[in-house]
Amino acid sequence: MTLFFPSLRDKPAAAFAAMCAVGVVLLVLPFAAGYFGNAWVRALAFAALYVMLALGLNIVVGFAGLLDLGYIAFYAVGAYTYALLASPHLIGNFEAVAAAFPQGLHTSIWLVIPMGAAIAAFFGVILGAPVLKLRGDYLAIVTLGFGEIIRIFLNNLNAPLNFTNGPQGITLIDPVTIVGLNFGRTVDIGFTTLPSVYLYYYLFLFLMLVTIVICIRLQDSRLGRAWMAIREDDIAAKAMGINVRNVKLLAFALGATFGGVSGTMFSAFQGFVSPESFSLMESIIVLAMIVLGGLGHIPGVILGAVLLSIFPELLRHTVVPIQEQLFGKVLMDAEVLRMLLYGLAMVFIMLYRPKGLWPAPEHGVNPAARPGKPQTA
Amino acid sequence: METLIQQILNGLVLGSLYSLIALGYTMVYGILNLINFAHGDVLMVGALTALTTIMFLKAQFPEAPGWVLLIAGTVVAIPVCVIVSLVIERVAYRPLRNAPRLAPLITAIGVSITLQTLAMIIWGRNYMTFPQLLPQDPIQFAGATVTNTKILVIALSAIIMIGLMLLVNRTRLGRAMRATAENPRVAGLMGVNPDFVIAVTFAIGAALAAVAGVMIAATYGVAHFYMGFLPGLKAFTAAVLGGIGNIPGAMVGGILLGLIEALGAGYIGQLTGGILGSHYQDVFAFIVLCLVLIVRPSGLLGERIADRA
Amino acid sequence: MSDTILEVKGVNKRFGGLQALSEVGVHIERGQIYGLIGPNGAGKTTFFNVITGLYTPDSGTFELDRKPYSPSAPHKVAEAGIARTFQNIRLFPDMTALENVMVGRHVRTKATALGAVLRTRATLLEEAAIRKRSLELLDYVGIAKYADYQARTLAYGDQRRLEIARALATDPKLLALDEPAAGMNATEKMSLRGLLSNIRKDSATILLIEHDVKLVMGLCDRVTVLDYGKIIAEGTPADVQRNAAVIEAYLGGAHKPAGKEAA
Repeated sequence: MTLFFPSLRDKPAAAFAAMCAVGVVLLVLPFAAGYFGNAWVRALAFAALYVMLALGLNIVVGFAGLLDLGYIAFYAVGAYTYALLASPHLIGNFEAVAAAFPQGLHTSIWLVIPMGAAIAAFFGVILGAPVLKLRGDYLAIVTLGFGEIIRIFLNNLNAPLNFTNGPQGITLIDPVTIVGLNFGRTVDIGFTTLPSVYLYYYLFLFLMLVTIVICIRLQDSRLGRAWMAIREDDIAAKAMGINVRNVKLLAFALGATFGGVSGTMFSAFQGFVSPESFSLMESIIVLAMIVLGGLGHIPGVILGAVLLSIFPELLRHTVVPIQEQLFGKVLMDAEVLRMLLYGLAMVFIMLYRPKGLWPAPEHGVNPAARPGKPQTA
Repeated sequence: METLIQQILNGLVLGSLYSLIALGYTMVYGILNLINFAHGDVLMVGALTALTTIMFLKAQFPEAPGWVLLIAGTVVAIPVCVIVSLVIERVAYRPLRNAPRLAPLITAIGVSITLQTLAMIIWGRNYMTFPQLLPQDPIQFAGATVTNTKILVIALSAIIMIGLMLLVNRTRLGRAMRATAENPRVAGLMGVNPDFVIAVTFAIGAALAAVAGVMIAATYGVAHFYMGFLPGLKAFTAAVLGGIGNIPGAMVGGILLGLIEALGAGYIGQLTGGILGSHYQDVFAFIVLCLVLIVRPSGLLGERIADRA
Repeated sequence: MSDTILEVKGVNKRFGGLQALSEVGVHIERGQIYGLIGPNGAGKTTFFNVITGLYTPDSGTFELDRKPYSPSAPHKVAEAGIARTFQNIRLFPDMTALENVMVGRHVRTKATALGAVLRTRATLLEEAAIRKRSLELLDYVGIAKYADYQARTLAYGDQRRLEIARALATDPKLLALDEPAAGMNATEKMSLRGLLSNIRKDSATILLIEHDVKLVMGLCDRVTVLDYGKIIAEGTPADVQRNAAVIEAYLGGAHKPAGKEAA
């Protein structure tokens, strides 16, 4: 809590109370949103997923200062890993697999999450190793290229051997099952029933909180300092004994891991994946979230992710009726408007608020008086 | 399976287009150290503007010959693209000239998205047919077939590039551009107005993009709001391949990339024993991009980028 | 004072048409303060960059504390035990003074990402130790009260001290300072001189590039003089000061008008 509101540092009671309040709100939120329809709960679940993605990218771009425009590739890797391991696709296309798994391929989520994380981290390392020495904008373009290469492969690896089922994607993916509880079904908890989407919301909420804690701990660690040092002056960092290449690679791999795990969750939630969900635009959207919110500042990143994932949903429900009222027809559908606003937002934020909506507060004491004549800390 | 000559010819056509677009990227990068992410979308604006003009004129003057319509379309597209490009420079890039590098890159991406969505709003999402304006009878040439359009592309691009080289190397303006690319402040001290030179650079790049856009639409017969993305990215690859910031490099890089892509797509089936088909064509450009940036970031003709302590 | 900390021989470095260093070397004993002087452009910082791994030499042998080391990468050099400061201060401007020094401890500590995430006891203890040592170092160089100030807000002289503290945090065998007194006024220089004496007293060895002749003469045990990439003199400050070649390099030849200052 003190990360979000540093003024609470001296008031532990207040901080604790605030945390409890936020906790209660988050727990009750889906019921409030559900009043307006399950679609809103779905939006909340996706918001939590996007927060995880944004925090992952924040490690790469915000903490370590590496501009990655192909981040969504790791999301895709995680998603397809789960899709392949928990759906009838491989069984339907490869006899060897069908023979090995006569009951069907239903890999448990407990196995898939570490696998998705590991495979994504692996891709992070092999993608990152050759390119991390590149300058900022070149790194951006190369990572963009990698992202597109992965998407093209996902789109085309359906012949001669059908691995990914091409543009049609993979369907009938198992929902998450934890200790016998099937998240794909509505659950009866006595005084009420919880539709599947509520269950996913709570799961993603939990994962999101874990992600936040991990990021905070990384930031305030020896590794976090090393990342910051590299960001500020990588030659001085090297001179102080930091193995810049490995530390950058670690950032890339960790970011990839978060992307991969989020991807597996997405796959289970949606029940269906296709290369369309992993386009360049998605990478750019996640980037926009962290830039808009406040690059490198965890609360800012969360804000950016929540705003940019919820806002388009609001648009979708308001824009069309308003346009019909005003103009008698729809000039721009919600999708187009959403993209337009993303584009304009990116331009205006850089021009007028380059540090984001909620940037990190001034780090350390910054005496307004002339340096050398400080007030005692 | 097409003959080698055919592949080479296709490669030259593709390469000429890439060169024209790559010139815009390389000139802007040479002066501002900025990757103008929105450049590909400028070419899209050119193509769509030309299309609208041509359809309008066609309706008004159904008897007009095709080549007149084509010229008219291009003539309208060029100033529109130039204006769009100048506005972008003025509004989105100029205020960020001294900002850390991340900022103009993000803005450029934002501009690119904005242009695409505006195009979507104005012209709709659907693919639009670009009419065949030149007689398309195939001409046999050394075992390959060409059409008038393809000949036009190669010839026009060559003429334009020669013109640009003359401009940059033989004129006062060209000298000013080269000086500003080397050191804007000192150029300013010598009486060159860097803002003006930068504006001219953007304008020339935009004009080239407009022509390229029209030619792409004419060659493939189709135009739509997203058509600038892939050619833009590939042209950027070409610019890097030749040495970003280096004008002859952009031309060489463009032709080379076109040839690599055409030959690669033609032979990839054989190369990989049938595993990968020609729809992996786009991957070639990306792979070239990654390889060049990793192995030789200064490109074929560019200078080594040193890093002093 | 009879064991060698740094033994460098035969360093050559060419940049295109310029031979920046020709057969340059130094021999530094433990606990010495060793000066490297010479007119601007003589190659002093180039030599520094070579021994600390920022530049790759064309030739040369390098031994630190009697063990050969290869200056192939700056972080390996720091690990081996040479810490440096830069001619144009390279602090981490937006990090606090304390954090800057804590980064210096990176190379001698080993907490991993996993330890950080799980908050293991070992990690927490190490963090506390890093903090404690960093505060001690800030106090040692005299800027403890600025621990939580952003590095870029510190006064110039304090920034130089901070850079030294950060270098000391790596527990170096050799502290290599590139013009630590540049831009300082007389009072600050006296202060710096005191600090460097203290550091030497605590038996760290210092290699120093400096322009301020008084400072060098008063502080250094031995001096090497470079000019145009070649060694033109080597010895105690007193000897070097009287050396004709050195006088000519700094003040010009006999035909130049008297009183002309060095560049």
